[in-house]
Amino acid sequence: MHLILFIVFAGFCLAGAINLLLQTHPINSALSLIVVMTSLAVLYLLLGAEFLAAAQVIVYAGAIMVLFTFVVMLLNAGREERTRGSRAARAVGFPAVVAILAVMATVLLCAQGLGVSSVRDSITPTEELSAVLFTRLLLPFEVTSVLILIAILGAVALARPGSGEPQGGAGPESGADPAGSAERTGGK
Amino acid sequence: MSSLLWEEVPISWFLLLSAALFSLGVLGFLIKRNLITVFMSIELMLNGVNLSFVTFAHQWHTVKGQIFVFFVMMVAAAEAAVGLAIIIAVFRARATLAVDRIDLMKL
Repeated sequence: MHLILFIVFAGFCLAGAINLLLQTHPINSALSLIVVMTSLAVLYLLLGAEFLAAAQVIVYAGAIMVLFTFVVMLLNAGREERTRGSRAARAVGFPAVVAILAVMATVLLCAQGLGVSSVRDSITPTEELSAVLFTRLLLPFEVTSVLILIAILGAVALARPGSGEPQGGAGPESGADPAGSAERTGGK
Repeated sequence: MSSLLWEEVPISWFLLLSAALFSLGVLGFLIKRNLITVFMSIELMLNGVNLSFVTFAHQWHTVKGQIFVFFVMMVAAAEAAVGLAIIIAVFRARATLAVDRIDLMKL
């Protein structure tokens, strides 16, 4: 059962990742990425990480991918045109990818002492995770919440109309906003 | 014995899957020509690394790897918010999402 679940969801994962590369429309790529993330949640569950499986579905497949699809639809992103790409990517990038994969696969296949994941393994309870998170790692946890707050403020400041132009920076906020929105509605 | 075989998955298979996901992410970063899809490839790489963190946390029976994945998820959420805001600002300034045409800093 364990092996079958692994094979099925690892297959979904790889198929979604390959489909992300093959699709030319960004919305199709976003939907394949959701498939990848949801199958990864099942794989986390097979490894006994129940809290992370839930967080993967809620944070990644939920919040982050909704943001992605929202931006794809907001910007009305069309089909991407295929170009030759950069010379550096062809000369260095693709051999580097093959080398990374080959080295990692060789090391992992030759590695001794790696165990197995089986159904008899205990699932890491969420209490154990939260006990460490709220006692020893309380400061990093709180710093992370401040980081999220700063990211929200930064996202709002960046996405505001008029922040792309040099004169409508962070300074005159009350003056830049109506001008920017009027300019935008006038353009439409 | 055969039923026991079906209940076990070698840890190295999880790590191989994680390596494959990371490599596909790098490949997507190189070949995709749309700004949003390039950003999605970065998320794919983050997910590949997260899988290997969870796998090693399972291997060594420790909770530290899972906590690291938790922090990576939080940072990825912040990164996605800021990155997509930057993409919106770039689209507003250049009216395109093709990475070949966003070449202001190119020599």
